Amino acid sequence: MFCRWLSIIRRRRASPARRRCSSARGSTSAAEARAAALPAQAQVVICGGGIMGTSVAYHLSKMGWKDVVLLEQGRLAAGSTRFCAGILSTARHLTIEQKMADYSNKLYQQLEQETGIQTGYVRTGSISLAQTQDRLISLKRINSRLNVIGIPSEIISPKKVAELHPLLNVHDLVGALHVPEDAVLSSADVALALASAASQNGVQIYDRTAVLHVMVNDRTAVLHVMVKKGQVTGVETDKGQIECQYFVNCAGQWAYELGLSNEEPVSIPLHACEHFYLLTRPWETPLQSSTPTVVDPDGRIYIRNWQGGILSGGFEKNPKPIFTEGKNQLEIQNLQEDWDHFEPLLSSLLRRMPELETLEILKLVNCPETFTPDMRCIMGESPAVQGYFVLAGMNSAGLSFGGGAGRYLAEWMVHGYPSENVWELDLKRFGALQSSRTFLRHRVMEVMPLMYDLKVPRWDFQTGRQLRTSPLYDRLDAQGARWMEKHGFERPKYFVPPDKDLLALEQSKTFYKPDWFDIVESEVKCCKEAVCVIDMSSFTKFEITSTGDQALEILQYLFSNDLDVPVGHIVHTGMLNEGGGYENDCSIARLNKRSFFMISPTDQQVHCWAWLKKHMPSDSSLLLEDVTWKYTALNLIGPRAVDVLSELSYAPMTPDHFPSLFCKEMSVGYANGIRVMSMTHTGEPGFMLYIPIEYALHVYNEVMSVGQKYGIRNAGYYALRSLRIEKFFAFWGQDLNTLTTPLECGRESRVKLEKGMDFIGRHALLQQKQNGVYKRFTMFILDDHDTDLDLWPWWGEPIYRNGQYVGKTTSSAYSYTLERHVCLGFVQNFSDTGEEQVVTADFINRGEYEIDIAGHRFQAKAKLYPFTSLFTHKRRKDDVELSDLHGK
Amino acid sequence: MGGAIEWKGLSDPVTSQSWRGARFSSAPAPPSRGPLSASPPTRHCAANQEAGSAPARTYGRGREAAWRGRGAEWAGRGRGAASRTGLRGRNAEWRHRCRSLLVRKKRAVFCRARRMCVCPGPRRSGIPIRSSSLPLFSDAMPAPTQLFFPLVRNCELSRIYGTACYCHHKHLCCPSPYLPQSRLRYMPHPAYATFCRPKENWWQYTHGRRYASTPQKFYLTPPQVNSILKANEYSFKVPEFDGKNVSSILGFDSNQLPANAPIEDRRSAATCLQTRGMLLGVFDGHAGCACSQAVSERLFYYIAVSLLPHETLLEIENAVESGRALLPILQWHKHPNDYFSKEASKLYFNSLRTYWQELIDLNTGESTDIDVKEALINAFKRLDNDISLEAQVGDPNSFLNYLVLRVAFSGATACVAHVDGVDLHVANTGDSRAMLGVQEEDGSWSAVTLSNDHNAQNERELERLKLEHPKNEAKSVVKQDRLLGLLMPFRAFGDVKFKWSIDLQKRVIESGPDQLNDNEYTKFIPPNYHTPPYLTAEPEVTYHRLRPQDKFLVLATDGLWETMHRQDVVRIVGEYLTGMHHQQPIAVGGYKVTLGQMHGLLTERRAKMSSVFEDQNAATHLIRHAVGNNEFGAVDHERLSKMLSLPEELARMYRDDITIIVVQFNSHVVGAYQNQE
Repeated sequence: MFCRWLSIIRRRRASPARRRCSSARGSTSAAEARAAALPAQAQVVICGGGIMGTSVAYHLSKMGWKDVVLLEQGRLAAGSTRFCAGILSTARHLTIEQKMADYSNKLYQQLEQETGIQTGYVRTGSISLAQTQDRLISLKRINSRLNVIGIPSEIISPKKVAELHPLLNVHDLVGALHVPEDAVLSSADVALALASAASQNGVQIYDRTAVLHVMVNDRTAVLHVMVKKGQVTGVETDKGQIECQYFVNCAGQWAYELGLSNEEPVSIPLHACEHFYLLTRPWETPLQSSTPTVVDPDGRIYIRNWQGGILSGGFEKNPKPIFTEGKNQLEIQNLQEDWDHFEPLLSSLLRRMPELETLEILKLVNCPETFTPDMRCIMGESPAVQGYFVLAGMNSAGLSFGGGAGRYLAEWMVHGYPSENVWELDLKRFGALQSSRTFLRHRVMEVMPLMYDLKVPRWDFQTGRQLRTSPLYDRLDAQGARWMEKHGFERPKYFVPPDKDLLALEQSKTFYKPDWFDIVESEVKCCKEAVCVIDMSSFTKFEITSTGDQALEILQYLFSNDLDVPVGHIVHTGMLNEGGGYENDCSIARLNKRSFFMISPTDQQVHCWAWLKKHMPSDSSLLLEDVTWKYTALNLIGPRAVDVLSELSYAPMTPDHFPSLFCKEMSVGYANGIRVMSMTHTGEPGFMLYIPIEYALHVYNEVMSVGQKYGIRNAGYYALRSLRIEKFFAFWGQDLNTLTTPLECGRESRVKLEKGMDFIGRHALLQQKQNGVYKRFTMFILDDHDTDLDLWPWWGEPIYRNGQYVGKTTSSAYSYTLERHVCLGFVQNFSDTGEEQVVTADFINRGEYEIDIAGHRFQAKAKLYPFTSLFTHKRRKDDVELSDLHGK
Repeated sequence: MGGAIEWKGLSDPVTSQSWRGARFSSAPAPPSRGPLSASPPTRHCAANQEAGSAPARTYGRGREAAWRGRGAEWAGRGRGAASRTGLRGRNAEWRHRCRSLLVRKKRAVFCRARRMCVCPGPRRSGIPIRSSSLPLFSDAMPAPTQLFFPLVRNCELSRIYGTACYCHHKHLCCPSPYLPQSRLRYMPHPAYATFCRPKENWWQYTHGRRYASTPQKFYLTPPQVNSILKANEYSFKVPEFDGKNVSSILGFDSNQLPANAPIEDRRSAATCLQTRGMLLGVFDGHAGCACSQAVSERLFYYIAVSLLPHETLLEIENAVESGRALLPILQWHKHPNDYFSKEASKLYFNSLRTYWQELIDLNTGESTDIDVKEALINAFKRLDNDISLEAQVGDPNSFLNYLVLRVAFSGATACVAHVDGVDLHVANTGDSRAMLGVQEEDGSWSAVTLSNDHNAQNERELERLKLEHPKNEAKSVVKQDRLLGLLMPFRAFGDVKFKWSIDLQKRVIESGPDQLNDNEYTKFIPPNYHTPPYLTAEPEVTYHRLRPQDKFLVLATDGLWETMHRQDVVRIVGEYLTGMHHQQPIAVGGYKVTLGQMHGLLTERRAKMSSVFEDQNAATHLIRHAVGNNEFGAVDHERLSKMLSLPEELARMYRDDITIIVVQFNSHVVGAYQNQE
């Protein structure tokens, strides 16, 4: 994690080597001739010789891809890698990040043995301190997740902290998280070791100083990547071209610039901020090299031992973004130290370790770190250019992620997909809209302090907002809407009634019952009893049209359900990958014989587009269009929605005339051509209206005024969330991912294995059907959970069955109908040896379940099917929708 | 306002204990006046010795430090003053006090060095801290001195001051490098010490009071400090027309902090309505506020009239003649506390009318361009002349008669700026000062002085005085840096005691009201008074053509200039107005600096930074610095609180009245003027 490492001493140590190579450079012209010759072609060109580039090269070569060229414009392991603070910490919020860090830890541990290069690996352990109870909760959550993936860790008392690290002032602590296997090491040496091992495996490495393999006289700068027909064909450098199939952008903070330099720009949203850490001379009695690393997030600092003294840096509240103009520097030049800027962190350090007052300063190091708009790293293939891979934006955790991220990316390139679900880190979660320089600059200023801010449930970014809005934004805002952002789109969370005051932003941060509880309750109640309007314009909407049957054919190939349905019908279906996992979960309406309307989750806009483009034949008669911006979507939820609509359209809307899962273009109010669909994404009765944006205000006004007598009101996504979770609706991106199949989440009915078409993933599903599933999507109802007093579940809480860990929750919400918390999650069945076994319905049903929320286990009832009986439907045919979704 | 209170101003606060003692005997001061809180004399001595014998590296703090380069001078003067007050030898306390001052004097020399190193000096002169110029003794110190001080200050100084200051006589230990007497405009001369000698010794009187308060209680909270500092602040923004300000002045901020009670400083600001331009002035009164009040009310009218063209004067005269409404001449920009004396307005108006009538008569018809410089000089001289005449003629109204006499017998200096487009004239009489803030191309600030002080520090003034009087008076005309050994400014309004012949003085006093006659001071004739007048109100006028880099003008009475160096004043205002702090970054380089030292230094720097944003008024900001600056040039709340909570009868011993006007120029307009040519 926390970057940087640097030492003057190291540099001094390195200087003889530099002298050696400069003499070599001077004497042999042969070397120059050799140096100038870049290979004419290679399978893979990796740009960037930091820890990411070398790790990718290392893993590719391990997996058997030998024809790899690594280009570094300066020296190997320069840049952020050289300055990295060298702390490897597995205490991370995301499970995938924990896994990457854990793998890195194991990799680095044996690296010295493998390559003979000293990496300075010392297993010191790390202590994350909590000054507040809320922080302790956050640490407990991490702790319970670390334990279930097999990383030892424990919550310890302040007294124990003092024992582990005698210099610490523990008087203001309430507890701490101790991870004994965390380590410190030199990231530059790790990068060199990885490069050396890769080089031995046949990877050609070109950098300026001939550290390992081939020397290039001057800098070798990748000018741009050559692309033909959306496919990487080669790399243009200032030393000549290299033909290649794959290009990997590991250029760290220059990745953004490099991505934009292409003819077909690849947007890699990341931005650098200055980061400072302090190096001191040795303590009077030099600190042991095994002194644990200390992270004090409330004090915004980290402290590790360093050559008998300490190394301490942090993430300040007022970061200094840098290189916004994209000034590409060869290496990170010696940036100015800024003591005044460092002052709060220094105060915090001296508060934590008062005895250090007399420690002598060696240096304040300033080296930019790269941050991304959502604090998660960026990896994966570009949606625009095939064969263009990216691994960058480490949010100052490059060392911790280096090994794991390199491995996943190598797997991705070699196998086509990584062995873990990395959607949270996938480049395709961003669109081009997140790559404005201004947006990045503003957002990273929020992200960097967030590194150590308390991360609470349902927290939204405050910067870079109001980028994409529905035409109704102002109207809704005036009615008290509070907004959240998804993929740049503003969505209402809930509507604050005029007489109600909510807490200030900072105060509303809580792990317990939030202040909007009552507001959402009334919205949910209105959905159940009357009718609510939710603006759902953010959903991704595509139209596929063809001159002949091509559209149907390609969709039949891409989607698991049978799309050859009568015109006007809506099909819930999944877009699966070869492994049967969900690439996308969407609803498709057949507008006419040759035209389909596809609705997917908001953050699918880039991913789904890329997937479709990748698999669609380049046939001019087949037209795919992104119409997200063309339609405003209003969701009318509730039993009276039918009355509102029939009054507005003078058309019968009863189930007989307008059955469930049906789509019709009709007029609403004065406006024509509104696509009305009888589905609500929640399992409640109601309609979705897809309104051409110019009519949006009119239709909204009409709906609201006619709806008045039916008790209509605005509602937000929190109400929607509560409704869909209590109905056991899985959402892609939260519950479903590329590694979950329809069979695992009880959606057999949405798969037509025998539709007469060999769709993608069919084989895997057939296989799975035969063998049985290894995990099962299950709904849990918390029994002994006090909504007012207990910690609320969020997601990622471990699930225990008869005391055994069986999986993690993926989402949760309070069900106002059940008056209980409902968690959704996958249950696995591990044998005693840890192997995955088939999960049967019987296995699920016969078990006592507990959900672990920050170390406290709550009893839960497991359900494989929703409580249909609890919900009384006014419309009989709604059951069709439900049963259709969840199988019979 | 009663006459008695007004009279108090005529005497010196220390030597006029008679009436004050009486006041205190009947009404003891509230216990909140902690700095004076009494303690047995013996303890007081001990404290002094302790403060005096503090390790040399403490160097004293605060005021001495601010007194760059003046330490020796003041200490010397202090001693002289002490001996001349006749208090010397009165008791052991006093001797102790002198001694402690001497010790402080030595420290002040060190402070000078220290003070300098905190100031931004030339970049990186081989010193690790880029913000510093070379500390004088840096060679001797292993670490940069700045890094050293926080530690010293935090640990040792606070202990030292804890013992020395909190218990008793804060003001003794509190760095006040000058003896109160020396800073007062009137030197209590031995010749009349008899009549103003306190009935009881000042120290006895101080020690005679007993307070049961705990030492810390007198501290003011930051809001209290702010309310004191902001009580007199005033801001004027030149109105914009069509969203554009076409004036070369953006506006001005002004403020006053009293030390005398009542304050003797006055300020004025007005826009000329019949001619172009704006007038701004500060007036520092002495021996009471009557003269400064009168000058602040009247001078701008005299200047405005002097600037008026002949036709306008005729028009005005005709209007007065025929009883028509007068053309307004000035638009005043006044704080509610700046008053006009209603009673004398008629008298003042008549004098003014006589003046313009004379102007009309002198300047018959020929419309020449009016020279601003000449107009200013004429106005000053004419007003002083009128003040003098009104006192000689007297007034049938006994109150007015008394008033004009008080005006004439008290005095006031004046520093007036007239800004018209890019033409800036400064007319100065006395020792107030006008300072131009110039921003260099690199963003740093430099000070350009636009006026000369008329006091003993000005060689040319000394020369002038000697030339104006016979050779045999060369030694007596300026004694102890004072005019006739008494008056600090060498030019002033009023002060007829230095202008009239002895005969005239006696005649006026005898025929004057009883109050005047009873007062020993007015009767007293300065020693060696042979060839009056010794004093003039004629101003020295400086012309400056504004340039775009001239960002602001500071007009202030000597209360400011004696606490702050002009360079600091300009830097503080400049940084305030531009809203940023030109703090040089710090680099450690290869020096030995510990985390603790660095932390101390950074905390100081941050405090400095945050104080910039506390004030909405540049003048207030300047006063805050002038009164509260510690040795690091940062506002120290503790110090500020102590200085502001001084009882009014003591405040004058630590500072003079401070009056500041900060005029901000409109660089765009000034630049446009420049481009036109």
